[in-house]
Amino acid sequence: MNTWNDPTGGFHPASAPDYLPRKQLAELQLKRLRSIVERAYARVAFFRHRMEVRGLTPESITRLEDLGKLPFTVKADLRDTYPFGLFASPMEEIVRLHASSGTTGKPIVVAYTQADIEVWKQVMVRAFACYGLHRGDVIQNAYGYGLFTGGLGAHYGAEALGATVIPISGGNTERQLMVMQDFGATAICCTPSYFLHLVERGKEMKVDFSKMRVGVFGAEPWSEAMRQRIQEDTGIRGYDIYGLSEIIGPGIAAECTHQDGLHVFEDHFYPEIIDPDSGEVLPEGAEGELVLTTLSKQAMPMIRYRTRDVTTLASATCACGRTLRRIRRIERRSDDMFIIRGVNVFPSQVEAALLRLKGTLPHYHIVLTREHGLDNMEVQVEVTPEVFSDKIRALESLHAEIEHEIEQILGIRAEVTLVEPRTLARSEGKAKRVTDKRKI
Amino acid sequence: MEVAQISIFLENRSGGLADVADALARQGISIKAITLADMADFGILRLIVDDPDLTRAVLKEAGFTVDKTRVVAVEVPDRAGGLRDTLQALKRSEINVEYMYSAARRSGESAIIIFRFDEVARAIDVLRGAGLKVLDRFETM
Repeated sequence: MNTWNDPTGGFHPASAPDYLPRKQLAELQLKRLRSIVERAYARVAFFRHRMEVRGLTPESITRLEDLGKLPFTVKADLRDTYPFGLFASPMEEIVRLHASSGTTGKPIVVAYTQADIEVWKQVMVRAFACYGLHRGDVIQNAYGYGLFTGGLGAHYGAEALGATVIPISGGNTERQLMVMQDFGATAICCTPSYFLHLVERGKEMKVDFSKMRVGVFGAEPWSEAMRQRIQEDTGIRGYDIYGLSEIIGPGIAAECTHQDGLHVFEDHFYPEIIDPDSGEVLPEGAEGELVLTTLSKQAMPMIRYRTRDVTTLASATCACGRTLRRIRRIERRSDDMFIIRGVNVFPSQVEAALLRLKGTLPHYHIVLTREHGLDNMEVQVEVTPEVFSDKIRALESLHAEIEHEIEQILGIRAEVTLVEPRTLARSEGKAKRVTDKRKI
Repeated sequence: MEVAQISIFLENRSGGLADVADALARQGISIKAITLADMADFGILRLIVDDPDLTRAVLKEAGFTVDKTRVVAVEVPDRAGGLRDTLQALKRSEINVEYMYSAARRSGESAIIIFRFDEVARAIDVLRGAGLKVLDRFETM
């Protein structure tokens, strides 16, 4: 096994649980599950009530499979109990609050005790170690600092790892690029769409990216094709990080250098895959919605939280030696999907179509409209300097190619519109991909 | 020899052209020739200006997608048949004209026509061989 100071290895002392034999891990999980259910039942009226109406008590949980008896928790439950209704610790023990952006109505609030913060830090250290980062790395943290969990989550993890953190937060592209070059950043944490934006501007400004070797990308779904494009274009390795404020923030699961799925830090977060319609737990390998249960969270235990993220779960031991089960990279959310003319469409499919074309960076926006009862999908694609030409012919053939690729992948025609770049919309972090103007 | 042309991608929205003109006016940039190729939902604006590099920087800053290409500015006699003679010379040498437009100002007794070729160097040789004057410094005109 590699030692911690070896720059080629990713093993950090905190990573020990990553390599636990499965049996030992399962014992630990059961022990923690029982105590978390007990805590939720004893301290949170919401969970107690939910269990009581089903005739369940903490004693009903004797095996890991018994978790399936417990009801799901959904995002609306957090809104309904806003702000502190699901807290299991008194405020004197809570050391931090975070909140989600809350795209519709009230945000959701999450809480941490000192022990929760410690766990969060440890799982982030393990995530960074998965990417092969270590002491001596200079990590530019371009996730937003503030109520959003991304910034502080990555920050404390990177510090605990022993790396040098540049707490630059999001936005201000020019300054990001200057700092990246002048401070010799070797890794960056940001959304993949923002990274594409940085690369685009960086090329124009002739920024030297040569020291950068790792991108830690999360907070929005992205495709394998996009990773390939980023890696080919920039020579850096792009890794996925998975997280959710409701569970802890970033650090629930991370890819290792084999880039073959994300290891779930399942000594703290127990994963299940369910059929989103029936709620049934699916067998290993089946695609469905990811459901997570926190196994150690004190301030805000979460029992069977429905993430709305679509993935699969695999238990085969990874080539890296970690025994932790892996989720496939999340390319879509079960509520991301839209139906147009009877066809299920995920924005990631449009992205895949765009990535097939040479030179296009996938900055796109989908607008759905309905005219005379007929659905129409417009795909607006930004014309970047890479694809722009002073010749009409070149732009017309680009337009035709995009339409062709989309039809190839989706099986339906989209109306493609070439638009001017809208730098602002994508510097804000998460890219908004779909606007549905249909009045149904 | 060749002059720099700035081309700008414009989507079909009102005010786009005015935004470009405004950005240039603020920097005191003078437009020497201009043409707009308009398609159903986008257009390409092509400009010859007195300071192409500044123009490019200013428009990029304003958020436009901009490209700089080399075009050929030729003095064409301002009389009936002047353009035909020029084009005949190109045709004989099988040089394809991508597109062309005329400048706002004249040069003495001649009109100035801007040509976009794929084979720039050969086109210039042919035009010169036909006794035409190819401008090299449009900026100081």
